[in-house]
Amino acid sequence: MSKRKSKETSSANEECISQVQRIFRERFCHQCPSGKLFGLELQYKHLLELLKRTTIHGESNSALIIGPRGSGKTMLLNHVLKELMEIKEVRENLLQVHLNGLLQTNDKIALKEITRQLQMENVVGDKVFGSFAENLSFLLEALKKGDRENSCPVLFILDEFDLFVHHKNQTLLYNLFDISQSAQTPVTIIGLTCRQDILELLEKRVKSRFSHRQIYLMNSFDFKQYLKIFKEQLYLPAEFSDKTFTQKWNKNVQSLSEDKTVQDVLRNHFHCSKDLRSLHMLLMLALSSITVSHPFMTGADLLEASKLCRMDSKANIVHGLSVLEICLIIAMKHLNDVYEGEPFNFQMVYNEFQKFIQRKAHSMYNFEKPVVMKAFEHLLQLELIKPVDGPSVRAQREYQLMKLLLDNSQIMDALQVYPNCPTDVKQWATSSLSWL
Amino acid sequence: MPNFEHPEYPEATLLHLESMVPCRESQVSSLLSVFGKRQHFSFPSIFIYGHTSSGKTYVIQTVLETLELPHLFVNCIECFTSRLLLEEILTQLQNLSSEKKHGSRVPCDTFNDFVRLFKQETITQDLQNQTVYIVLDKAEQLREMEANVLPGFLRLQEFTDRNVTVIFLSEIVWELFRPNTGCLEPFTLYFPDYSIGHLQKILSHYHPPEYSADFYAAYINILLGVFYTVCRDLKELRHLAALNFTKYCEPVVRGEASERDTRRLWKNIESHLKKAMQTVYLREISSSQWEKIQQDDGEPGHLKGLSAHAHVELPYYSKFLLIAAYLASYNPARTDKRFFLKHHGKIKKTNFLKKHEKTSNHLLGPKPFPLDRLLAILYSIVDNKVAPTANIFSQITSLVTLQLLTLVGHDDQLDGPKYKCTVSLDFIRAIARTVNFDIIKYLYDFL
Repeated sequence: MSKRKSKETSSANEECISQVQRIFRERFCHQCPSGKLFGLELQYKHLLELLKRTTIHGESNSALIIGPRGSGKTMLLNHVLKELMEIKEVRENLLQVHLNGLLQTNDKIALKEITRQLQMENVVGDKVFGSFAENLSFLLEALKKGDRENSCPVLFILDEFDLFVHHKNQTLLYNLFDISQSAQTPVTIIGLTCRQDILELLEKRVKSRFSHRQIYLMNSFDFKQYLKIFKEQLYLPAEFSDKTFTQKWNKNVQSLSEDKTVQDVLRNHFHCSKDLRSLHMLLMLALSSITVSHPFMTGADLLEASKLCRMDSKANIVHGLSVLEICLIIAMKHLNDVYEGEPFNFQMVYNEFQKFIQRKAHSMYNFEKPVVMKAFEHLLQLELIKPVDGPSVRAQREYQLMKLLLDNSQIMDALQVYPNCPTDVKQWATSSLSWL
Repeated sequence: MPNFEHPEYPEATLLHLESMVPCRESQVSSLLSVFGKRQHFSFPSIFIYGHTSSGKTYVIQTVLETLELPHLFVNCIECFTSRLLLEEILTQLQNLSSEKKHGSRVPCDTFNDFVRLFKQETITQDLQNQTVYIVLDKAEQLREMEANVLPGFLRLQEFTDRNVTVIFLSEIVWELFRPNTGCLEPFTLYFPDYSIGHLQKILSHYHPPEYSADFYAAYINILLGVFYTVCRDLKELRHLAALNFTKYCEPVVRGEASERDTRRLWKNIESHLKKAMQTVYLREISSSQWEKIQQDDGEPGHLKGLSAHAHVELPYYSKFLLIAAYLASYNPARTDKRFFLKHHGKIKKTNFLKKHEKTSNHLLGPKPFPLDRLLAILYSIVDNKVAPTANIFSQITSLVTLQLLTLVGHDDQLDGPKYKCTVSLDFIRAIARTVNFDIIKYLYDFL
C-alpha cells in the first residue's frame, strides 16, 4: 500500500516539476507579459496616460523611453498595451505598427513593413507593391486625410530607436514626427532606446518636431528592494495545480532569501550589474538543476550558478595553451614591461625567447623558428594578440607589429593555475628585469 | 547506470550518448539540464567557447542527433555573407519539417524577411511544440557581416515569438563579440581544454585492432612526451599519431624487439618524431611524402620541404643585387660612408657604438631604400665595373617578381622607386657564401 502511494506521489512530483520548469522558463527566458513590474509605477502611469490621450481623446503625441539594456523598456510598454487593450473602445479602434531598428535597417524596408502591418490596399498577402516614393506618398496621403473625430488612432512603436537615426536623411523619422505635429490622423510615436545621448543624434528638423517627452527607466532600486524582487520572481503563482507543493516551494524561497550565503551571492551579483535580465539568467541557471530528486532550490545551486556566470573567459583560454605558447606570452610580457607597452613583432618575441633558452641551457625548449612561428600564429588566431594596424599584406609576417590583449595581473593569475607549469618558466615570469 | 539523468530521454539513448562523448560528461550534462524538456523554453542564445579541437562542434552535433532534437547546422565560414547564411537556414528548416519537399532555395535578402519566413515555416508543422536549435559554427565570422546580424540572432526568440534557441560555437571569447551599444547577453558555456590524461584516453581510443591497447598506449605516451609542450590540438596529435605508428611498429614487425621492449622502440622512433616536428607538423611536406619516406627507409636527409623551394638559383649579378639590397635595407643610410668608401675618415666611436638593443634593425624589419642607393652600393661591392644597362634594371624587376624584393609606394612612381628587401639573414648568408662575400662584415648590427 505504502509503495503504491509513494509511486503516485513521485509521478505526481515529476509532472509537477515539469510544470514548475515550464512556468519559470517562460518567465525567465521568454519574458512572458504576465510578469510583474518592479519600481516602475510612475513611468507606468505616465505612459498609460499618454496612450489613453491618443487612443480615447485623439491627441497626437511622441515620447522616448530611455534606459540601459535590461531595464524593462519593452516589458513596460507591453504591460501598458495589455491594460489599454482591455478598454473596449481602444481594442476596436487602435492600429499598432511595431518596428525594430535591427530588422528594418533602412527606410525602404521600414516603409514596406509599415504598409504591411497596416494592411493597406497595396498589400496582397505579404507582398508590398510599388516603389519607395510611391509607398511613402500613399502612406502620407492616407494619414493626412484623417482627423481627430473620425479616424482610428495609429500607434507607432520603434524599438532600437537609435538605429533609425542612422538611416539616410532620417526620412522616416522626419515624416512620422511631422504627422504627429499636424492636426491629422491621431498618431503616437513611442521610441525605445538604450542610448542616453539620443537627442544629440537627431537632426535639427527632426528634433524640433519631437515633443521632447522622455521617460527614463534607471534601475533605481537598492539592495533591499533587489532582495524583494528576487523573492517575488521565484514565487509560484497561486493558480498552480499542486497547492501543497506551492506552499512548500514558497516557504523554501522565503528561507533562501534570509540565508546569508544567498544574500552574499546576490550582493555580489548586484554590485556587478543591477538589471533584472542578469538576475533572470542567474535564476534560470540555478533552476535548471531542479529535478525530481532535487525538487527545492538550495543556496549551493545559486552559488554554482553565480560561479558559472562570472567565469573569467580569457583566463580559461590561457589555461589551455601549450607550454611553448605560454613562454611566448611571458616573453611578450617582459617586452611590454621594458618598453612600456609599445607594440612588438614576432622577431622581437623570438629574440626574447632565445635569451631565456640560452641563459640556463634550457635545451628542452630549443625549437626551430618555424615551430615557434606556428605557436605565435595560433595565439593570433585566438585573438590574444592583435595586429596594431589591421592585416596588411605588404609587411612580412615576422615584422608585423602586434599588441598583447592580456595584462600582467591576468598573466600571473593564469600561471598560478596552469596545470603542470614547469618551474623554470614560472621563475622566468616572476623575474623582474633588475639586471638591466 | 548512465551519468546523465533526464526524465525525457530513455536510458539506452543516454548510455549511447555517454559512450560517444568521452571526457565531456559534465559539459553534456549542463547542456541537457539547460535544454530541459522538448517543449520547454530555453535560453534565447547560448555561446559555447573553447580551444581549437576541444570538441565543441562534435559534442553539439552528437547530442542533438542522438537525442533527435530538431536542429539546423550552419558553418559561418561556408556561408560568409548574411544572404547565404539566412538562405541556408531557411532551406534547412524546410527540409526539417517535411521529408518530402526537397529544398528549393528560399530567397531571402534581409533579416526582416528572414524573421517573417521563419515564423511562417515554424507554424506549419509539428515544430510548434519543440525547441528548434540553430547551431552557428565558427561564429566569429558573424562579426564581419552586417551589424544587425549578430544582435538579431541573439534575440531571435523574441523577434519570431517561437520556441527557438540559437547556439554559437567559437574559439574567441564573448567579450570580443559584444557590440558597442550592448545586446541581449547569451548564456556562455566553456568547454575546457583536454588535460594530458584526457588526451591519452581519447587518442588510445583509435588503436588499430592488430596491436594491443597497452602497446598503443605506450606509443601515445611517447608521442605526447615529444609534442605536448608544443601543441595540444587533438586533431594535429591524431594526425601525427596515425602517420608515425607504422615506423614505431617496425622493430616489432622485423622481429628485432618485442612489444614490451620500450627502450629499443623509443630509440627507433625518437629522431623520427623530431624530424616530424620540423616537417609534417609544419606542413612543409605532405603526409603522403612522409609515408613514402618511411617506406623507403632511406636517408631522410634530402627531405625537400616547401621552404626549400624558396632557394632559387640566381644569376651572378642578381646575387650581388640582392646582397646590396639587403645591406641597403638593414644598414642606416648614414653608415654607408663607413662601409663602402675607401677613405671614410674618422667617425666618432661613441655615437657609433651607442646602440639600444631595440633599434637593432634586424628586430624591426627592413627599411625602404631608393634605387640610387642600391646602385651605389652595388658598384662598390662588385669587383669589376658594372654598367647601368637595362640588363641590371630588368634583374631588379625579376627580383621583385620573385618576391625577394618588394616595391614600396605607388606603382606608377617612375622616378625614384623605393624597394625593400624581404629575405631572411640565413638566406642571404647562403647566397653571399656562394659568391665568397662576407656579408657579416658589412652589417651595422654585427659591428
